[in-house]
Parts: sequence; C-alpha cells; structure tokens
Amino acid sequence: MTKLLDVENLTVTFPTRQGEFHAVRGLSLSLGQERLGIVGESGSGKSMTGRAILRLIRKPGLVTADRMELNGRDLLAMSEKEMQGVRGQEISMVMQDPKFSLNPVMTVGDQIMEIYRFHTGASKKAAYAKAIEMLNAVSIRGPERVMKSYPHEMSGGMGQRIMIAMMLVTEPKILIADEPTSALDVSVQTQVLAIIDKLVRERGMGLILISHDLNLVASFCDRVLIMYAGRVVEVCEAGKLHEAKHPYTRGLLGSLPRIDAPVKRLEVLQRDETWRDAESVSGRV
Amino acid sequence: MSQINIKNLNVWFGEGEDRVDAVKNASFDVPSGASFGLVGESGSGKSTILRAIMGLAPTWNGAVQVGDFKLGRKRPKEFFKEVQMVFQDPYASLHPRHSVDQVLGETLSLHGFKDIDKRIMKLLDDVGLGPSFRFRYPHQLSGGQRQRVAIARALAPDPKVILLDEPTSALDVSVQAEVLNLLADLREEHKLTYLMVSHNLAVVSHMCDATAVMQHGEIVEILSVEDMRAMKTQHPYTKHLLDSSFGYNPSAAQMG
Repeated sequence: MTKLLDVENLTVTFPTRQGEFHAVRGLSLSLGQERLGIVGESGSGKSMTGRAILRLIRKPGLVTADRMELNGRDLLAMSEKEMQGVRGQEISMVMQDPKFSLNPVMTVGDQIMEIYRFHTGASKKAAYAKAIEMLNAVSIRGPERVMKSYPHEMSGGMGQRIMIAMMLVTEPKILIADEPTSALDVSVQTQVLAIIDKLVRERGMGLILISHDLNLVASFCDRVLIMYAGRVVEVCEAGKLHEAKHPYTRGLLGSLPRIDAPVKRLEVLQRDETWRDAESVSGRV
Repeated sequence: MSQINIKNLNVWFGEGEDRVDAVKNASFDVPSGASFGLVGESGSGKSTILRAIMGLAPTWNGAVQVGDFKLGRKRPKEFFKEVQMVFQDPYASLHPRHSVDQVLGETLSLHGFKDIDKRIMKLLDDVGLGPSFRFRYPHQLSGGQRQRVAIARALAPDPKVILLDEPTSALDVSVQAEVLNLLADLREEHKLTYLMVSHNLAVVSHMCDATAVMQHGEIVEILSVEDMRAMKTQHPYTKHLLDSSFGYNPSAAQMG
C-alpha cells in the first residue's frame, strides 16, 4: 500500500496561564488508500490532529513533529503559500457543521466554483460544469437550482453534501472528515456516509474520519485509532473494535446502551491516571 | 393508572398560508411510573409535543391530561410543581451568571419552599454533586455536571413527571452513561414518570418501556421495548431507523 501521509511524533501545544497545555502528545500515524477512523471523547485531541495536519493551528499554538510528510514532501517545511496549494487541492477537510462552514452571503454555486478555479485556474464555464457534476455525485437533485441558492435555503443534510462536493471538486488525495455526520439525523447520516464511501473507493482516496461514535467508526472504517488525553491508547482493525483490549476502549464500548443487549445499569467508565502518561501507541504501518 | 394521556393532539405554528402543522393527531398514554420514549428525525415534532405539554407552544388543540390536570389555555401554578422539563443543551439552559445555588434557590423559592438551604443540599446530593459544587458557576462545570444541575433544578419542586428533551445528546458516551444511570436511579427513588425525546434508539431502548416513532408530525407506530429489541416493527420507517442505528450499513443507505 502506498503511503499518502506519514506522521511521526506529532505534538500540539498551547501556552496558557497555568503553563503549557498539550492537546496532542506524540501521535504517529500513516494513511494509505484506506479509511482510518480516529475516535475519542471531546477534548481528546482528535480534531486538533486533523487541523495540525493541515497546519490550521494558529499561533500561539505550536505544532511539532519528527516527521509530517505528504507523499514524501515535508508539510512542516512548506511556506504558507505552498500550504495553500495543499489545502483543498491535495488534502481537504469537511467540518462538523455546514451552518458554520459555508459562506452565508455567497451562493452555493459561486462557492464551489471559487475553490475549483482557485486551484485549477479553469474557466467559469468549465468550473460550472464541474460543480454540477460534483453536486450530482453527492446525489443532490436539481443541481442547477441548488447552484443558485444560498446556504440558508438548504437543510442540514443538503448543506453537508454541498460541503463534501466542495471539498472533493479539486479531487484531493486525502479527505479529513471531522464529525461529518454528527449534526445530521441517523437516516441522513447513512446517506452522507454512503456518498463519502463511494467517492473514497472510486477515486482511491485516503480518508481520516474523526468521530466520537464508536459504532459508526467500527462499521465504516478499516482501521481505528483510539485517543485519550492527546495520546493514542490503542490501534485496531475496525471490524475488531469490539474485541479491543485497552480498558479505556472497553469502558467506552461498555458505556454505550445497546438495543440488542439490554443491561440494567450502564457501565460507567473508571478513569485511570496511568492512561494519561502511558506511551502513545503508533498508528503507522 | 395513566399519568399522561394525550388524545388527538395537534400543534401548529403560523396562520393561513404560513401554517405549519408540527404535530398531527398524536395520541398516546403513559402509565404512572413508566418511561415513554418519542423518537424521530429533527422536525418530526417530538420536541413540540413536550413543549405543548409545558405550555411553550401555545397553538394546540386536543385533549391533554397530566395526572389530575386537564390542560387548557392556562396552566395553574401547581401544574409546574408536578411537571418539569430538562432541556437538550446544558450549555444553553443554565444562566451563565447564576451560580448553582442561585439556580436551585430561585426555583425553590418560586415554588414556595421555606427550607431552601436544606433542600439545595439534598438536591445536590441526589444528583451526585457534592456540596462543593454549590457556589460554582456554569463555566466551572463540565457538560455532564451541568446536565446534573439541570436535572436537580427539575427535581426541585418534587415533580411526578419529568419531560426529557434529548438529555444526553450533547454529552460524550461515557458521561451519557453516568447521566442515564442517574436518571434511572432517580426514577426509582422518586417514583417519577418520564417522557423522553431522543433521536438515539439505543438510549430509548435502554430507558423506556414503550416508544412512539414519529415522522412528519405523525406517530407512525408505538412499539414496546421487547418488540424493538426483537426488531418486530410494523412500519417501514421504524425499521429504517432501527437499521440505521446499528452503525453504517450500505444497504440501509439505498432506502433513504
């Protein structure tokens, strides 16, 4: 398997009045043409990992890594201008909530075309055709009408599909999806995931799916990293997530209510101080 | 004996051309001490039913009976002593500049209690927060602790019925387990009746004895927890929801 992304010993640090806060501590991962899931609770550093890869952490936040390579090119050494070529074109990111990620005063069509033209320099006409094609790819009915609409005229599911269309119009090699479906209803969630799944398979992309939903990641991804307090505590095959060994993963799984396995009381996660300090498990292959 | 009885409830917003029927002809019955779930997608009208019961959605008709109260335009003060509500987002439902003490104290004095000091301590103890939390502000609390405060506030007037509007959807799964356990314990201890809205079928199956499934403002099916576990559904929409709740399943995506 070709390695699209290779990260070794990534740390993200924020200075605070109480001293340095380490949001991500020594994370290593590699990504091929696969679907990699990152799960953990809020504050475990999963979103920070995604942002750090795209170098979206603003100062005074500090990102360091022994290695952060995209197809063998060092991401940390790139200039801001070079990074602009990477963001959107080679690595795209779908954010959690379409309501806050789309420009409210620009039509959907203009937004999609802007990205495409910025990265490819295509003509308006070519960009229009491409945008329509992408909207069709994410199963939006009546793409011509949607192109002329503003984000507030769209439902949550539509908005999220538009985001995906926008992020994939430049045909990136890697898609980072940060909780792409947690603002959506379960049935719409399945549709959006099916679209991501199809596009990832057809285009041979690498996907990093960041989520707090263990069942979703277990059923959707190939491989899963479980994060706790900025570190990776366990790496496993997604299909075998339910056989996970780390007490944190077991605790998370046990605290989920299940339709098919009723219990009188839900297990409550007992946190252990040693998890915080244990060495981060490498997610590189 | 039934604690909540709703017959042909309609709720609408707006007038004339703008009229939206949020709930259409909903009928269900919750026995005393039971826990009843309402599931469905956003916009299906499940929260609107709770709001109509509480008087937060003024345009409704039909027959709503809660305990001994037959609800009309106006709700007597005693009604709110008996029925309380916990909202979805603990980050939005607590006043940011009121301490826990103020939040609970105000509720208690509004309901005419005299021994406020003692009751606040009892409430904090009931929801598993120690006395050290009493003078904290919401920003000094985690999401789970905030939701515990919101639950304590709902418990303050010693209600018989608590309406829960997605009480755990803003929380992490580990915290969700704690809050759900707490709710189960409180129900047993205080002999409460729950009416719980959720979009998570697993949560509803854990908490509730029976569940109404809503779509486009109508109740399409009422099913018992046994039927839900056995996947015995009458309506295709219920089956679709159940299938989707087991994680990603490519065949379920075709139906949408």
